Amino acid sequence: MNIQAMANEIPVEGEHSIEGIDFITSADQYLTFTLAHEQYAVDILCVEEIRSWERPTIIPNSPSYIQGVINMRGVIVPIIDLRLKFSIGEASYTETTVVIVLTYQAESSSRTMGFVVDAVSDVLNVESGDIKPAPHFGGCVPPQYIEGLINADSKVVTLLNVANLQLLEKDDNHASI
Amino acid sequence: MTVDLSQFIPSFLEESFEGLELMESGLLNLQAGDSELIHSIFRAAHSIKGGAGTFGFENVTDFTHLVETLLDEMRDGRREITNDDTEILLESVDCIRLLIEAARDGDEYDSDKIEQTSDRLTIALEKKPTTDNNDSFKEEKCTKEKHYIINFVPELSLAKTGNDPIFLLSALAELGTLTVKADSSTLPALNDIDPLELYLSWQLRLISDASIEDIEEIFEWVEDECELDITIDEANQPEKNPEQTTLNKNHESEEPLKQNNDEETQVITPEPKIEVVKENSPITAKPKAKSDVGSIRVGVDKVDSLINLVGELVITQSMLSELGSDFDLSKLDRLTNGLEQLLQNTKELQESVMRIRMLPISFAFNRFPRLVHDLAIKTGKEMELIIKGEQTELDKTVMEQIGDPLVHLIRNAVDHGIEPSEIRLANGKSKKGIISLDAYHQGGNIVIEISDDGSGINRDNVFNKAVEKGLIDANATLSDSQVYDLLFEPGFSTAQEVTDISGRGVGMDVVKRNIQALGGRIQVDSTPGQGSNFKVNLPLTLAILDGQLVKVGTETYIIPLISIVESLQIEKEFLNRVSGDMDLYRLREDNVPILPVFQLFNIDAQCNELDNALLVVVEADGQKVGLMVDDLLAQQQVVIKSLKDNYQQVLGISGATILGDGSVAMILDIPGMIQMALEKAQRSQHQKYPNQIEKVGGYN
Amino acid sequence: MTKVLVVDDSNSIRDMVSFTLKSAGYQTTEAKDGQEGLVKAKGGNFDLVISDVNMPNMDGITLCTELRKLANFKFTPILMLTTESSTDMKMKGKAAGATGWLVKPFNPEKLLATIKRVVR
Repeated sequence: MNIQAMANEIPVEGEHSIEGIDFITSADQYLTFTLAHEQYAVDILCVEEIRSWERPTIIPNSPSYIQGVINMRGVIVPIIDLRLKFSIGEASYTETTVVIVLTYQAESSSRTMGFVVDAVSDVLNVESGDIKPAPHFGGCVPPQYIEGLINADSKVVTLLNVANLQLLEKDDNHASI
Repeated sequence: MTVDLSQFIPSFLEESFEGLELMESGLLNLQAGDSELIHSIFRAAHSIKGGAGTFGFENVTDFTHLVETLLDEMRDGRREITNDDTEILLESVDCIRLLIEAARDGDEYDSDKIEQTSDRLTIALEKKPTTDNNDSFKEEKCTKEKHYIINFVPELSLAKTGNDPIFLLSALAELGTLTVKADSSTLPALNDIDPLELYLSWQLRLISDASIEDIEEIFEWVEDECELDITIDEANQPEKNPEQTTLNKNHESEEPLKQNNDEETQVITPEPKIEVVKENSPITAKPKAKSDVGSIRVGVDKVDSLINLVGELVITQSMLSELGSDFDLSKLDRLTNGLEQLLQNTKELQESVMRIRMLPISFAFNRFPRLVHDLAIKTGKEMELIIKGEQTELDKTVMEQIGDPLVHLIRNAVDHGIEPSEIRLANGKSKKGIISLDAYHQGGNIVIEISDDGSGINRDNVFNKAVEKGLIDANATLSDSQVYDLLFEPGFSTAQEVTDISGRGVGMDVVKRNIQALGGRIQVDSTPGQGSNFKVNLPLTLAILDGQLVKVGTETYIIPLISIVESLQIEKEFLNRVSGDMDLYRLREDNVPILPVFQLFNIDAQCNELDNALLVVVEADGQKVGLMVDDLLAQQQVVIKSLKDNYQQVLGISGATILGDGSVAMILDIPGMIQMALEKAQRSQHQKYPNQIEKVGGYN
Repeated sequence: MTKVLVVDDSNSIRDMVSFTLKSAGYQTTEAKDGQEGLVKAKGGNFDLVISDVNMPNMDGITLCTELRKLANFKFTPILMLTTESSTDMKMKGKAAGATGWLVKPFNPEKLLATIKRVVR
């Protein structure tokens, strides 16, 4: 692992820059954030940037959790409110509401989407062996979005699968017509 | 050392296709005695052959060689230019194209066709004297070391052709160990020396595994200007090199002036050897298969103008930043000027960049003379193609996609439009039918017209056929243009017999769909007995669109200008409600269904009453509808961005763009919106929003 | 550095010849036909000229004749790059003062090996 390359991936924008990151070379890094007091995480290599909330342009007849699209340096990026998608907490938009822009690089294509979360918390260093499978019962988050669970101190962090997170359900387009 | 030339394959292919086009148009216009034209056709074939050989496309080389030979005879006047030969050559052009395409894509090709044509070429060639065919490379491999004795007596004038014995000797030295003995006995007295002449001769001894041909090849260029005698010294064993002196260039290269009385013996040792690949090895790297990327050749003038504009932009920028670093209100004028200048620069820069993608439409038109020529032969009708406006520029992408629809329209004109000569004569028309192709700019669009002076479209035939096919009701009253539009209905064909030219009624609907996919439209006009006219209206580019910005609620939408018929304020007296749930607006003789955008897109609008609302009348698929919006904003050019990259296709939306303030605006897809309205109407019983009056009806 | 003038109306051939020569350390100047070649030749000294025969505006043979009239090009090697290896063409080339000919199809290794006969 190249620390330098990883350091470049660490998102820095305005006041949301993350301080005090301990680099441990043998582990992967995950960005954690909160949705209604619960902790979630995504692979930090997928994080394009962290933006503050701005009102997007509505996509006609899209599902309610798709807030619309924004212009990110000339690229049209859809914005998905994870709280609505997972039906956790309340979708309110304040100055501290942030959007984590994730890019998932598939073999031949890549996709960039923004996800609205309550707040960004930390960066975790996790050995791959420390990611535990999630138990298959209950919860608001459908299992296909969950990669596993990470124990961080006394808390449990849900690691999300970015590729699946970006998949749009077939009927998204007509869901609310 | 190997040099990888595969990077030049794309440019060779591009050049070859251009060459083939040149050959084709040249052949179509070829008249006896037009030597410049035949030369240029020959050159094109010649270049293709040369390039193909380089890249190891042997079938192209072999085939083109025949073509070239035939052209060579024509060029030299050894062969008359006959229609038969021209036909064979035209066919050959197709074959070469086929072969090159196959080589490019690594595909199979129709070898029967190639063989037949090549047989015909061979037969044609046998009728007339043929040129000597010595393209084969003779390569012999000799592994055994031999002792050669070479006597090389150059003529006095050898140096005048730029040949220099010293290089010949070094080339020989590369073959093995060379012992050089110069004979200066014929050197005249100093006073008599002509510095331009060469007085020396050499006796050489070469120990090498090269063949005698290899040695002869080195002297190939001077064989007529020297006495050359190469023998193999069978008896002699390889001897130890005597005193080794290295060749001194300065010393030797001035040999005509050299005052050297003694015979000297030198041994030239081989220089670090360049690894020479003996076989004419084909480049093995396969060209990338069917890459869609494509390339554009841009004239230097266009690039220069870009550079100039960027220069101006930089000046404006530095002026503005200087102004900004120390700004007070007294400099407001300068700021305004500077910003205006910036606007101007940006606009010009945008236009220049767009111009790079613009190519003259002749690229698409070029193949039509051949097409009409072939169709004329096939149908036995006489006709002429007149092309106008071929310099009209069009975006490369649009150009690539408009070719096929145009081919179909021309086939259609030949097949259904132009009458056989005897009928034309009987109707008092000229014997030759005329098909004309015209392109011109109109507003921000390009218009391509395809017209013929044939029989025109028989309105009743079309009408009856449509009734027969169940496309319309027998009692329907339709305007002429509505009837003509039926031609574009899927499955519609009026040809009495199916011919292999216009096909089986597949086509015209595809033509229309392709044109619509490009954001264009097609109109038909016809006068019975006088001919028909198909008018294709296309945007100049797919990357930029002229749009009308409209406001609905908080959202800004963009309606493509090309689809707007007119915009108006709704006046109550023209409003009609039919079937209880459909609002129509009377626009002169048309009744236009009203689609409220807010309803279709399920957003909040300021204005949800019909009275006094704004209506933008748009047209798609021959259907006019009125889009109800809150407000009309500016008209402007917008750069089209795809929603599919990071999201997916959205019904009723063709893309998005970024407005001046950095926000995103959706571009409306009119046909898509009409489709949405239809679907919605079908589900109208399950209306989810009872607080909104249902206004969209099934108007079709 | 050895300077070579490459004259050919075909972009790809010209590019290839030039590329091959450059990769072997020669310095090249390109011209797209005889006329341009002649202008460029007058504008500088060259150690070698490689020219196609069939070209628009001015063909290679004429170019050769014209070059030999220039003092600078009296002894400069001029090679004709052509598929036409017939004796007729060779005679024409020789008569115009050409040093030799290179037979297409163009093969980079052969080109480099062959021009050693006339330049360093």
